Amino acid sequence: MITSFLVSVVISATPLLFATLGEILTEKSGHLNLGVEGMMLIGAVAGFATGILTNDPILAIVGAIIAGSASALIYAFLTITLRANQVVSGLALTMFGTGISSYLGTNLVGLKMPERIINFYKPFEIPILSKIPVIGQGFFHQDIFVYFGYISAVIIGIYLYQTRLGLNLTAIGENPAAADNAGINISKYKYIHILIGGALCGLGGAYLSVVQVPVWQDNIVSGRGWIAIALVIFAKWNPFKAIYAALIFGGLSIVGFRLQHLNISQNLLDALPYLFTIIVLVISSIGEGKKNGPPAGLSIPYFREER
Amino acid sequence: MFRMVKRVHISKRKSMMIRLSSIFFALLLSSFFIGLMGHEPLKVYSSMLKGAFGSKYRMIETLKIAIPIIITSIGIMIAFKMKFWNIGGEGQILMGALFATYVALNFEYLPKAILLSAMFIAGFIGGGLWGLIPAFLKVKFDTNETIITLMLNYIAIKFITYLQYGPWKDPSAMGFPKIKAFSQGAVLPKVFGLHMGWIIAIIIVIIISILMKYSKWGYNIAIIGESKDTARYSGINIKRTVLFSLFVSGGICGIVGFIEASAVNQTLTPLLSSGYGFTAIITTWLSGLLPSIIIPVSILFAAMVKGGSFIQTAFQIPSSAANVLQSMILFFVIGSEFFIKYHLKYMGIKKGENL
Repeated sequence: MITSFLVSVVISATPLLFATLGEILTEKSGHLNLGVEGMMLIGAVAGFATGILTNDPILAIVGAIIAGSASALIYAFLTITLRANQVVSGLALTMFGTGISSYLGTNLVGLKMPERIINFYKPFEIPILSKIPVIGQGFFHQDIFVYFGYISAVIIGIYLYQTRLGLNLTAIGENPAAADNAGINISKYKYIHILIGGALCGLGGAYLSVVQVPVWQDNIVSGRGWIAIALVIFAKWNPFKAIYAALIFGGLSIVGFRLQHLNISQNLLDALPYLFTIIVLVISSIGEGKKNGPPAGLSIPYFREER
Repeated sequence: MFRMVKRVHISKRKSMMIRLSSIFFALLLSSFFIGLMGHEPLKVYSSMLKGAFGSKYRMIETLKIAIPIIITSIGIMIAFKMKFWNIGGEGQILMGALFATYVALNFEYLPKAILLSAMFIAGFIGGGLWGLIPAFLKVKFDTNETIITLMLNYIAIKFITYLQYGPWKDPSAMGFPKIKAFSQGAVLPKVFGLHMGWIIAIIIVIIISILMKYSKWGYNIAIIGESKDTARYSGINIKRTVLFSLFVSGGICGIVGFIEASAVNQTLTPLLSSGYGFTAIITTWLSGLLPSIIIPVSILFAAMVKGGSFIQTAFQIPSSAANVLQSMILFFVIGSEFFIKYHLKYMGIKKGENL
C-alpha cells in the first residue's frame, strides 16, 4: 500500500520538479517568469507531436527542450532587451502557450504515444537501492526521467552554490549593479538561464504527455505550472529543497484519489492541491528571513543607464 | 552603433500610433503563419470581421461577449493601477455568480426589480470577498498575489462543480448534474435587443473613470502604483487602500458573474466565466489602464473571439487560433512599450567599437 502510494507520488512530483528547477534558475537571474504554465504546455505538445512523427524517444524530448527554450526566448527578448514588464510578459507567454498547445493539439486529441517510446520510458530497477524496504520501490524503480530529475536538481544545486558561474548568477539576481561593475555580462547570463529555465519547463510538460499520460488531452498541464511557481517560494530558491517540495505536492495531488472511499466529493478533493498551495505560500511568507527570501533584484529591471 | 535614449515626453497621439502599428505588425506576422497553413490571410481576416460584425445578429452576439470583458477589465484595472496583479478575475466572476445565484434560487417570490437588485449586490459582495482574500494575505503576510488569485480561480471552479454535482443539483433534471434554471424574475431584461448588461457596463465605466480621475481614492491608487514609499511618506494608508480597492476590483468582476448567470446562462455553471478573466488581463494592459480605451479594445477582442469561431466553420481553422492571434498582439504591444519609453539614436559605426 505505502509502496504503491510512493511510486505514484514520485511520478506526479517529477513534472513539478523540472518546472520548479527551471523557475529557480530564471528567478536567480532576477526574472520572474509567470509563463511556466505556458512553457510546460508548449513542451508537452512539442514532445508529444515529435514523438508521434518520429517514433523516437530521444527526439521527442529534444523537441520539447527546443520548444520550451524557444518560448522562453520570447519572454527573454521582451523583458531583457525590450525591458518590458515581467509580470505581463509572463502572463502573455502563458496565454500564448495555452493557445498554441490547444491549436496544435487539435489533431492530436486521442492519439497515443507509439509503443517504442512507451517501452523506452518504462520503469527499471536500480540494483541494490531498489531493495531498500518501504522506499526502495518508490524511489529506485522508476523511469529514466525520474532519475534525471533528481540528478538535475543536484547538478543545479552544485552549480548555483559551488561554481563561479552559479555564484555570478546569484550576484546578478541579488545586485545587478554590483555584478555589472565586476565585469559580468549581465544580459548574456540572463538570456542563457532564462532559456535553460524554459527548457526545463518544457521537459516537465513533456514528462506529462510522453510518459505519465501518453495520450494527448487538451490543457494537459492543468495548473501545475502555477503550482511550480509557488514551489519555488516554498523551496526558498534552493534546488535541493525543490526535491522535497515537489514530493510533498506530488503526494497531495494523488491523496485525492486515495480518499475517494471516504465519501468526500471528488470535486472538493480536487481543490486540495490549490488550497494547500495557498497555505504553503502564506506559511513561507511568514517565516521569510532575509537569507531565505527571494533574490533582492527579482522582477526589478536593470538598466545600466538608469542607476 | 545604436544608443537608447529615454524619451522625456511623448505625445498621446504618438504613443497611440506606436501601439496601433504594433497591432499591425502582429497581424502581419500572423498572416505569415496563416499563409503557411495554406490559407489566404486577407480572406481569413475579412471573414473574421464578417463573422463578428456581418449582420445585426452577429453584432449583438459580439457585444454580448464584449460586455463581460469590458466590466472585468475595469475591475482588474483598479488592481493593476496599484501594481497588484489580480489575475483572479475568473474566480471573482464565478463567486459573484454563485452569490447572485443563491439569491435568485431562494428569493424567487420577490418582485423582479428588487430581486435583480439583490442579485446585483450579492454578485458584487461575492466577487469582492474573493478579491479581498489575496489583498488581506498581501498586506498581512506579503504573499505573492499572482499565485493566490490564480489558485482561488481553481478553487472557485472546483467548488461550483461540487455544488453542481452535489447540494445544488436540480432534482427535477432526471439525474442530470445541473443547477436549477432561474425563474423569469431573475433574468435581466433586454434593451434594444441586447440584455441590459451593456447599460451596466457603460455606467460602471463612467463611474470608475470619474472616481479614478477626481476622487481621493483614485489619487491614492495612482500614488501607490507609482511608488509605495511616496505613498507612505504622503501619509496614505496603504493597507486600507489595497483592501478596499481589491474589494471593489473583485466586486466589479462579481457583477460580471451576476450578469452572465442571469442574462446569458440563466443558471450557474462552472464554465460561465469562459476565460473572460484572462482576456480582460490583456485588454486592460493594452488599454494602458485607461477606462475609455478599454471599451474599443474589449470590443476588438470580443470580435476576435466571435470571428475566431466563425473561421472555424469557414476554413476549418481551430478556434484556438484566435487565442494565438490575441497573444501575438499582446506580445507586440508589450514590446512596443519600449519604443514609447525610449527612442533609438543611430550613432554611426565607430572603428573598433565593441557591441
